[in-house]
Amino acid sequence: MSLRTPADRYRMIRLIRGFEELALELVASGDIVGGTHPYIGQEAVAVGVCSALRPEDRLTSTHRGHGHVLAKGADPARLLAELTGREGGLNRGRGGSMHAADLSLGILGANGIVGAGAPIAVGAAWAAQLAGEPRVVVSFFGDGALNQGVLLESFNLAAMWQVPVVFVCENNGYATTLPAAVAVAGSALGRAEAFGIPAVAVDGMDTEAVREAALAAVDRARSGGGPEFLECSTYRFEGHHTMERRIKLDYRPAEEIASWRERDPLARAAALVGDTTAIDAEVAEQLYQAREFALASPAPDPAGACDHLYASGLRPRAGAVA
Amino acid sequence: MSWLSYTKALNRALADALAEDPSVCLFGEDIGAGLAGPTLGLQKRFGTSRVVDTPLSEQGFTGVAVGAALAGLRPVIEFQIPALLFLVFEQLVNQAHKFSLMTGGQASVPLTCLVPGSGSRDGWAGQHSDHPYGLFAHMGVKTVVPATPTDAYGLLRSAIADPDPVVVFAPAAALGVREDVTGPLPAIPLGQARIHRPGTDVTVVAVGHLVHEALAVARELTEQGISVEVLDPRTLYPFDWDSLGASLEKTGRLVVIDDSNRSCGIGAEILATAAEQYRLTAPPRRITRPDGAVLPFARELDRALQPSGDQLRHAVHAVLKH
Repeated sequence: MSLRTPADRYRMIRLIRGFEELALELVASGDIVGGTHPYIGQEAVAVGVCSALRPEDRLTSTHRGHGHVLAKGADPARLLAELTGREGGLNRGRGGSMHAADLSLGILGANGIVGAGAPIAVGAAWAAQLAGEPRVVVSFFGDGALNQGVLLESFNLAAMWQVPVVFVCENNGYATTLPAAVAVAGSALGRAEAFGIPAVAVDGMDTEAVREAALAAVDRARSGGGPEFLECSTYRFEGHHTMERRIKLDYRPAEEIASWRERDPLARAAALVGDTTAIDAEVAEQLYQAREFALASPAPDPAGACDHLYASGLRPRAGAVA
Repeated sequence: MSWLSYTKALNRALADALAEDPSVCLFGEDIGAGLAGPTLGLQKRFGTSRVVDTPLSEQGFTGVAVGAALAGLRPVIEFQIPALLFLVFEQLVNQAHKFSLMTGGQASVPLTCLVPGSGSRDGWAGQHSDHPYGLFAHMGVKTVVPATPTDAYGLLRSAIADPDPVVVFAPAAALGVREDVTGPLPAIPLGQARIHRPGTDVTVVAVGHLVHEALAVARELTEQGISVEVLDPRTLYPFDWDSLGASLEKTGRLVVIDDSNRSCGIGAEILATAAEQYRLTAPPRRITRPDGAVLPFARELDRALQPSGDQLRHAVHAVLKH
């Protein structure tokens, strides 16, 4: 799906928002087990950044990855089928929410370990550089990853080797429940600047502002200018994980949540489009179809629980001997 | 005919892989200079873009290699000391190894890790002397421990060609082994044991450099009329259970000699499988380092914790009493 026009971008934000709301419903109904990390509120980042990418570009994502995966073009029906653990899912039900991937679209996976995608992105960018391919790789991560050593190692390697990677920090203010204010010494921008990586602060609630910054960073990376770092200030309207719908926590003041909701990226994107009725109806239909597909897709056969454990086809010994 | 050292065999395997396949590349510390031996001269021959000297950022460059593998390359990483594997357990086990299953077979990670100097070297003390192959076998990562130069060459070639991550442990105590070889060396498939010496009374499974100790003991016991079969698994995961079974059908007696920690070690797995599946004439024995051993510095203390020929001789006599 193209993200070239404001209407395209509104449509994608609407899709991600609707998808995440549908996922909340399916978590509540028990159709999605294990819960999800809702992306609601942060859509402008995924859509703004991915609107600057080409189909051959790649990305690494996070535990809160549905927005990135959809914005890079994954089929919402197959993503939802992945969340419901079905054979028709992107990963045949073997990965779930935290590992959703579509390699054919350059989506190298959501990831369950904070910061783990960064060196993988640098490696994919290094490979593109070695092959002389004009591909860019985006590494999404949150403010929690700013304190992972491997992220800083990745900054160093990317800067030393001048690989075409764009680091996108989605600073939503909290690493699970820990405020960035009491976790991050110095600053996010300062971390990148220390490695000689150009660093830009962006309003992560404004799709167009994110897009503009991403276009500049991606173009520069593609033309051999090396890595860049974007800090997108954003906010998740939901809890860290859907379990917070059951366990009420009070680590975020109600006024804070309310004030960020006033900057909802969906409303801001809609304002650029005018009448969104037709798009909204199309997205609603798309999500209806996605739901139908996800719930009709067969559950995997338990006999296939070790399928794909090895790319070579090696089968492990069973856990019990008959 | 030429006189091939173990280290030279590794060097030749890397050079041949680089020459034959443009997707093969090397990462590691001091590999340009060839400090550890196996990479000597390779940067001069293949260039700095394929033989990449990395900063001291093990987690970073291991993640980079995972990303490069996802992008279609076949990276090999040299780790100078085995303890570095502890730093990158996350990247190797939690990322590289799990990608195939988690993506439902979309991704493969053809990554090889080479540790030229695993286990004890005199005087390298607590943090440089482990032999952690059991950890990788336990997690299901393909794990290889060659005992001879021709096996080192052939197994490293197969590891690099394999579509899954493989860790190749070259025991420090085997690096001095030399062999007469003629003509080109063959690749040796993963997962195939080697009977170094046929015998009928006792099966001795020896891992890595201890194959040579076991052969010495077997030769000596011949004079006492004892026929020892020496089985070198070569690959610890996947283990060649069929070859072990065929040997035990013949001998009914088993001793394992394994230079790693006792509890949850590969020796334990071999004994458990033998006890579960075969009719043994005598309770099996294993000779290992102590539970949870940390090798002390002083040579007398270091040697005191490693398996010895004397212990093997006693164990063979013990299983023959039944």
